[in-house]
This record gives sequence, structure tokens and C-alpha cells, in this order.
Amino acid sequence: MTTIQETAPGGRVVPTDREEIITGCDAVAQALRLLDVDVLAGYPIRPYDSVMTAVSKMIANGEMDAEFIVAESEHSQFEIGKHASLVGARSFIGSSGVGWMYGMEALVVTASLRLPVVALVGNRALDDPGAFGVEHNDAMMVRDTGWLLYWVETAQEALDMTLMAYRVGEDKRVMLPCALSMDGAFLTHSQHIVRVPDAEAVRQFVPPYDLGDRRFHPDNPISVAPQFNEDWVMEARRQSDAAMRRARAVITEATEDFGRVFGRGPADPFIDTYRMEDAEYALLGMGTVGMVGKVAVDRMREAGKKVGFVRVKWFRPFPQPELRSVLRNVKGAGIVDRDYSFGSSSYGGVLYTEVAAALFPEDRRPVIVPFIAGLGGREVSVENMAEMQEAVEQAVARGERDATCQWIGVRGPESDPRYETSKLNETAEGSAR
Amino acid sequence: MAAPELAVPDLAINRRLTVLPMQEFYTSGHRTCQGCESALVMRYMAKVAGPRTLVTGTTGCMYVANTSYNSTPWALPWAHTQLGAAGSSAVGTAAALKALMRKGKIADERINVIAFCSDGGGGDMGLAALSAAMQETRYNLLILLYDNESYANTDIQASGMTPWGAVTAFTPSGSEKRITHHRWKKNVPALLMAGHPQGRYFANTSSGFAMDLMEKVRTALDIDGPTFVQTHDPCPKGWDFDPRKSHELAILAVQCGITVLWDCLDGELRYQGISRQMVDGRLRRRPVAEYLRRQGRFAHFADEDIDYFQSQIDQMWEQWILPGVVRIGQTPHRTLPTSSSLPQATEPVPGPAAAVGGGNRG
Repeated sequence: MTTIQETAPGGRVVPTDREEIITGCDAVAQALRLLDVDVLAGYPIRPYDSVMTAVSKMIANGEMDAEFIVAESEHSQFEIGKHASLVGARSFIGSSGVGWMYGMEALVVTASLRLPVVALVGNRALDDPGAFGVEHNDAMMVRDTGWLLYWVETAQEALDMTLMAYRVGEDKRVMLPCALSMDGAFLTHSQHIVRVPDAEAVRQFVPPYDLGDRRFHPDNPISVAPQFNEDWVMEARRQSDAAMRRARAVITEATEDFGRVFGRGPADPFIDTYRMEDAEYALLGMGTVGMVGKVAVDRMREAGKKVGFVRVKWFRPFPQPELRSVLRNVKGAGIVDRDYSFGSSSYGGVLYTEVAAALFPEDRRPVIVPFIAGLGGREVSVENMAEMQEAVEQAVARGERDATCQWIGVRGPESDPRYETSKLNETAEGSAR
Repeated sequence: MAAPELAVPDLAINRRLTVLPMQEFYTSGHRTCQGCESALVMRYMAKVAGPRTLVTGTTGCMYVANTSYNSTPWALPWAHTQLGAAGSSAVGTAAALKALMRKGKIADERINVIAFCSDGGGGDMGLAALSAAMQETRYNLLILLYDNESYANTDIQASGMTPWGAVTAFTPSGSEKRITHHRWKKNVPALLMAGHPQGRYFANTSSGFAMDLMEKVRTALDIDGPTFVQTHDPCPKGWDFDPRKSHELAILAVQCGITVLWDCLDGELRYQGISRQMVDGRLRRRPVAEYLRRQGRFAHFADEDIDYFQSQIDQMWEQWILPGVVRIGQTPHRTLPTSSSLPQATEPVPGPAAAVGGGNRG
């Protein structure tokens, strides 16, 4: 452990940080301790569960004062978090894969009740067949419901964004829950060097949680969530929409404040760009694929290719202005989806669909090529990135503005681009394998 | 906006309620059906709970019919919770209160936490969450299950607590099949009591017995830890009878021995009122036909169906070790020897699993 003291721009001394080598899950747990979270509910599923293991140990050791509840299902886990938040307690939940699905009802009402619960989604493939590895479809399932959604890349970012999630979610202008997505295994369980700030700085950055006149307490006898029906549901939905729209400015403001308090932080709150200044091509992705993408960009730059990488960080609210701006001058962009959306436009993933929609009104927009890669925890390699870049260049050379999605790193007959029409696929033998 | 401080008698555990507050905390503003007994249960529950109470309620009649936006009967803080979430809403609420009070973020005081659910929400979908709540001895909470024996708000579908043979939207009587609801009603308070040895209070009561119900709610709230009260509430819409007869039917269910008034405090099982008289052999049960024949949902019953129903109730009273609560009717009573007279259990011999268990179960 190392302590660090620095002077922030403007001469102010930054509070003492500690430096530790910890996993992504442990980094979130450290943030929860610093945030003095009141109620946490856990239910076991890999790989997010390490955060609950870490937190429960801190509580047992007296390093953290909170009620920790071992729930009997994700549905109960999320309901516990929701109701604790309604009483005015800062609360935390989390899950992975089908566990996140199991509690979906409770997740939806947490957002529609505008309760700023924070969740960790340790991204995991959905069953069946069972798989522990990363896929982004689990967290994506709440993308339309009023959850703020963020994909982290490193353990440091996991810690920082846990602080940010409460700061933004609990802001009176927002009051929405926030899910932090973290690639299963690649980040939940791999160790990075992380600067852990001190509690006083965190208190400066995140004020106490105040639910105001919605607080559920005998002194405030309110009825919460009565039956609306067609009379008022649209107005309530519009309020959630307005909160999500306001979240953009609040995120920008909070990111600037983060830099002021901690003396570090990202240049852009919404996207992370790498060697994009003079780029003619861009690869886009979310989460830990960013680390691979940046290495791949360096290699391709050495080979003389003008490629950059764009990592989408906030998925809700979606960084439409930033993406329009950064992709305005590139010829081609490859979208690396670690998720699927069977039957969607161009058979691309969710990120592709969102990026394409964001760019559509632009007069100057690149050729966009959708890719699906790294499902179920399969590694997305530097070579895979080069392969995708090659495909983007070919599409640009052909002037192909309507590229169909390509699957990267698939083995066997499924790797054939014409697989769906091949004889093998039509037989029971093919589908049973 | 603070609620006015209203005096609620501080009632000692097990004492009969002799003074009831005039104040109501479940008032006008709901639109439940004529003759709705569950609304009455809400009123009794709120009355004895008093103003320092938080209530959550699952989806169901007591959500949809009670709280239409801009019109609420609750003078207490009330929050909707999802159908299967009575147990978890109570745990979340109580845990938050505990954490915030311990950390000095809110004033430290006794606040009642009540989560109510229906037979569908509690007995079916939310059973696991109820079970988990009954294990959380750290928290003070009451789960009240209002049992109107069907998913009454969604058009009367069978639940796991609908009586055997009853007609519902999903279990109709047809020209080929007279009976399509084949499940005997599950006994949720006994199920919870038997499975949660650390739980301190479990009770079964009826909307037709206001004092019994209020005493049980008050007893539950005065106890530290998780508690459970179930009420049997006739439903004119779901059971198909004249709304004027609701209360009468509730009482008749107890007189016929179908509903049993009992509670269990710290492992001591007690019967109340006419149920107790029946257990003591001082009162004869009325035939179940009197109860069944008054309800449209049993109108298709042939004599043999009534006989079967009666035989099950008879068995419950005559053969169960604890009538209406615990079955195990066939086990002969035996006296356990004192522990000192028993041989000492020995340490199992370490070795391969096959040698110890005689099998290889891995």
C-alpha cells in the first residue's frame, strides 16, 4: 500500500489516497465503504458476488456499518434494496446474468419509483446453456426502463464510478437508479492498481442521500405508487424521461466536480477516445474490450493505419452528441457488440443499433460495420480487432453503406457467412449439436 | 407534514384489548366492493397499529381497489410493493430503519413495520420471501396475509389457498368435469410456524372476529422480531354470495371448523374463542354443508363432494395432533426417554464414504 499526496490544479492539496492492488469487485466494495452505504442485499451468482463477499467481510470486521441481508432470491434482493432506499437508506444491490433477469420486476419498479439504488452487474451470459463468461445482454435488459447504465473498463474506474453513480442518481434533478456494468471475470476478478481516496473527500463529493418529501416515515404519511391507469401513466413516464434528459448535465457537472475534489478524472464523461485525433477509422466497444482495442490500435498505427478506438462509457443516457462529433471525420467505424439482438436491423447488436440511430441524421457519417464478438466470455483478441478493422476498410473501399453484421471468432460451420442458408443448418443434426 | 400525535394504548402482550382508540388510520377513500371483509381487516390492523407505523402492501385487491391515484384510505405511510414482495419489502423497510437509527440519521424510536399480502401474493408467489422474512430475527416486522381465497382482483382465479373444488375463472365446472380445482388449501401460518423455529409469533384469525384479530395484530407488533398473522376474509365477488352475508360467513367458517382461530407465541400453541371450545370438546362443529351451500363457488358440488370436504375437516379435527395446525395424525404418541438415559452418540469413523453411509453419493 502506498500513500499519495498531490497538488491539484489551482494549488489545493488533494486528500491522501491509498494505492492498492485489488479486483474490480473489491474496488466497488471499497467505494461502498467510503460512501457509508446503509443497506446492502446480496444473493449468490457468479461473478458479481465477489463484491458482496468483500462487503460482508468489511462489516464483520467493523470497517463498515451497514445492514447486510442475504436474500432468498434476486427478486427479494432487489425489493429489499428498493424499499430500504424508500425509507431513506443508501442501498446497494447487484447480480449477473439470469440472476439479474430473475429480479427484473423489482428492477423495473425501482426505476419507475425513481429510487436511486446502485447496482453492480457483473456481466454474464444468459442461460441456456450455462456459461459464466461475459456478455452484455443481462444489463442491457434494463436499458429502456429508466436505469442509468455505465460500462467500466478498469478497477479504478469501477471505484470512481460507484461514487459517481450515487452522486448522479441521488441528485434531485435525476433521482434514478444506476447500474454499473463490469465484464465478468475480465474485470470482476482481475486485479489492478487502484487509488482509494479517503472518506472525507468522498463525503465532499457525494452529499448525504435525501429523499425529501418522498421519504417513507411516520412523520411523512404519504401513499407511494397508487394505481394510476391511463389517467396519469403517460405523465409519470414523461417525468422519468425528463430525469434521464437532465442526467446529462448532472453527469457533466459531477465529472468536473470529481476532478476538483480528487485531482483526477476523465476528460470526457461520456466516451473514452484513444488516438482519434487524426483517425480515419474507428473501432467502438464497451467495457474491457477497450483495453484490447487500445493495444490493437497501437499495433495498427505502427503498421501505418490511421485507426482509433472509442469506448462508450455511459450507455444511458446515450452519448449521442459525443459520438456524432468523434465519428464525423472518420471514413469507417466498426461496432464491437458483446451482446446480441437477434432479428434486429442488419442483425447487429444493441450498441450498433444505438450508434446507427445516433448518426442517422448526420450529413457526414462513416460507413458503419456491425460485429458481434466475445460472447459467453470468449476472448476478443488483438488479432480479432485487426480482423474487424480489415472488414471495415473493405466495406469503405466497396462503398458499402449497408453492411450486415459479422460474427468474429466463431468456429466450425457457424463461421460461414452463409451459414443460415447452408444445408447443415437445416438438419436436426446441425441444430442439436 | 407531521402526523398528529395520537394516543394508542400501550397494550401488554397477551392482555385482552379493553380500550380501543377512536382514531382510524384506514379511512374513507377506497373503492373496495360491497361487503369486502379485507378492507375491514385493513381498518382493524391500522387501528391497533397506530400512527408510528409504516405499511407496505402487495399488488391485489388491497392495492388496486384501495389506492386509486389522488384517493387513498391510508392515514399511515403506505407503499405499494410487488406481488411476491411482502416479505422482502418488510425486511428492506425494517433494515433501513435499523441502519438509519443506529447511525443517528433518523430519530431512534419504535416504528411498526407491517407488510400485507394476499393469499396469492403471500401463499403462492411470495412464499419464499415470507419464509426469509420469518428468519430475520434482527428486525421487527409483521406480515399480515389477508386470505380471500382467490386472485380476486384479477377476476377470481384459483390460488394455492382456494378451497378444494371451488369454481374460479381458471377452475370452472364443466359438462364433463365437475371439479377442476384439485388442490387442498395450503395451511400457510402452520407452514411458516413449523419451518421457522426462531419465529416468535404466528397466528390465524378471521375477519369475523374483530377483537381476536386486533389482539393478534397488537400482540405481533409488541414482539421483537418477525411475526405473521393470517386472516380469513369472505369475498362476495369471488365466492359468489350476497354482500350482506360476509361477516356471517366468516363466523360460519369458524363454526364449521374450516377456519381455526389459533396462535403460537414462543412455541406455545393456543386456540381462541369457539375454536378453543371445539378443541376442548365443549362445542360441536356445524356441518360444512351449511357453509358450502351458501356460496356460488360450491354450487356445483354433488353430495359426494360435500361428503369429501366434510371428511377432510373431520380428519383435521379428529386425527391431527393439533387440529387445524399440525397433521401427523397417524404417529403414535410416545414418551421420549430423558437424555441421560440415552446412549451417547459417537463420532463417526473417518473413512471412505461407502464405509460410513453404505453408498457412494459424492
